[in-house]
Amino acid sequence: MEIFGRPLSAMLSQLLLGLVNGSFYAILSLGLAVIFGLLNVINFAHGALFMLGAVLAWMGLEYLGVNYWVMLFAAPLIVALLGIVIERLFLKRIYKLDHLYGLLLTLGLTLVIEGVLRSFYGVSGLPYSAPEALSGATDLGFMVLPNYRAWVVLASLVVCVGTWYVIERTKLGAYLRAGTENPRLVEAFGVNVPLMVTLTYGFGVALAAFAGVLAAPVIQISPLMGQNLIIVVFAVVVIGGMGSILGSILTGLGLGIIEGFTKVFYPEASSTVVFVIMAIVLLFRPAGLFGKEK
Amino acid sequence: MAVSSSKDVALSIRGLQAWYGESHVLHGVDLDVHSGEVVTLLGRNGAGRTSTLRAILGLTGDRKGSIKIRGYETINLPTYQIAHYGVGYCPEERGIFSSLSCEENLLLPPVLKGMGAGMGLDEIYAMFPNLAERRNSQGTRLSGGEQQMLAVARILRTGANLLLLDEISEGLAPVIVQALAKMIRMLKQKGYTVVMVEQNFRFAAPLADRFYVMEHGRIVEHFAAAQLEDRMPVLKELLGV
Ligand SMILES: Nc1ncnc2c1ncn2[C@@H]1O[C@H](COP(=O)(O)OP(=O)(O)OP(=O)(O)O)[C@@H](O)[C@H]1O
Ligand SMILES: [Mg+2]
Repeated sequence: MEIFGRPLSAMLSQLLLGLVNGSFYAILSLGLAVIFGLLNVINFAHGALFMLGAVLAWMGLEYLGVNYWVMLFAAPLIVALLGIVIERLFLKRIYKLDHLYGLLLTLGLTLVIEGVLRSFYGVSGLPYSAPEALSGATDLGFMVLPNYRAWVVLASLVVCVGTWYVIERTKLGAYLRAGTENPRLVEAFGVNVPLMVTLTYGFGVALAAFAGVLAAPVIQISPLMGQNLIIVVFAVVVIGGMGSILGSILTGLGLGIIEGFTKVFYPEASSTVVFVIMAIVLLFRPAGLFGKEK
Repeated sequence: MAVSSSKDVALSIRGLQAWYGESHVLHGVDLDVHSGEVVTLLGRNGAGRTSTLRAILGLTGDRKGSIKIRGYETINLPTYQIAHYGVGYCPEERGIFSSLSCEENLLLPPVLKGMGAGMGLDEIYAMFPNLAERRNSQGTRLSGGEQQMLAVARILRTGANLLLLDEISEGLAPVIVQALAKMIRMLKQKGYTVVMVEQNFRFAAPLADRFYVMEHGRIVEHFAAAQLEDRMPVLKELLGV
């Protein structure tokens, strides 16, 4: 079967690839949105912490023989702890300053994290294979579905929807939303906002590390792997609009799919299509598709 | 002082100074509020009344002096701990959250540790039926009057018994102002301690037990309700009412 002169199976497999990339975009831009909302910091270190998640997964297996499933929980936890230290040590000093300082500080942290790992592991890829339970593929009749890719999409969706639910539908989320609007007043009501800020940063970067572990078997693990991705993710955030939870999830997935289809119809544009969309969105809706005009 | 000193002191402020960055806005405020009293802070625009309430909660910049809440010194505490001494704050700008529904706004301030039970949700909805009706609306979609009720109502749930209310009658229709006056009387009956900042002298006058007048970041006058008649000429001069 063909659609617009392309075989359906090719379309479907690009769609899946697009969804996989979109899942990473969604988790990463979700974390950025949560962090930006409460901390007012554009976390440039997000890409490096995503990479750290993947490298930790590799290190766990290489040095300690700890498998993928354990690292899927352990790596985000370790990165969350690192994030908590970063927030307590550095970020808390710059909240009152312009966004630029947060961007510069987290860019600096990115260079440090990437530099340290580069001096140990160089820049060539570290091998990591999918866990046995998820290797192989399932023949669905109309297409062959690689199990690991399906798992990535499923796990990302569960994490994104879970995060959305907690933020939009629970008491904890109400504190977070209120704290995003007016942290001083929430604090005056007796909520320990400084602690909430620290934990939110920890949670946001844990999401990045979770995406990193998910990506480990399908991406070249290297200290620089976060760099390319984070640029696209920032474009996703600009398109979706900073600060909207649902917006960042939908935009992430949507742009992944658009990228996938572009690969089928006009491969030359597949790496630039996101930026073209960003330019168009900025022209017509400067606050982003889901952002509120201020 | 009209109130006997044997009553508990709910709030005692001595030599309070406060800054916003470099600008020095409170220059040594002294103020006492006894348990169960309604005290009104009067003053012209910019006199420092809002800043006094904010300073109690640590919402200004630097502070100096002493702020005792039921005898506990709180001047060195971080903002999030101060509420737990039983303070409920209703800010001048109301502070209704737009990303929260009416009911989420109402339920937001946590129930304070170590304080008695506050009002139940049913009790609050009985007192403000409008809020019950609009419980699922976005907080900032409520009318000005409803938002004001919400801003006051949400601190009644927490068990706070020292209420700091900043210009709650400002810009509201007479019916709503009357409802708020009724609420203050009811709160007083229940034993709440209230510090109100008011521009609307006619709203505050029949409610308050005592008055403080501020000017340029200092208390310049203070008197009990019984002395109000005698002090009217002075007040007129200070406030231009
Ligand atoms: N965030 C701020 N930064 C700098 N100065 C401020 C700030 N808020 C208030 N001020 C200044 O502090 C002084 C006292 O203001 P405050 O808001 O306490 O007055 P107020 O008595 O509540 O008057 P009103 O509410 O009628 O304006 C004013 O001179 C005001 O300009
Ligand atoms: Mg004021």
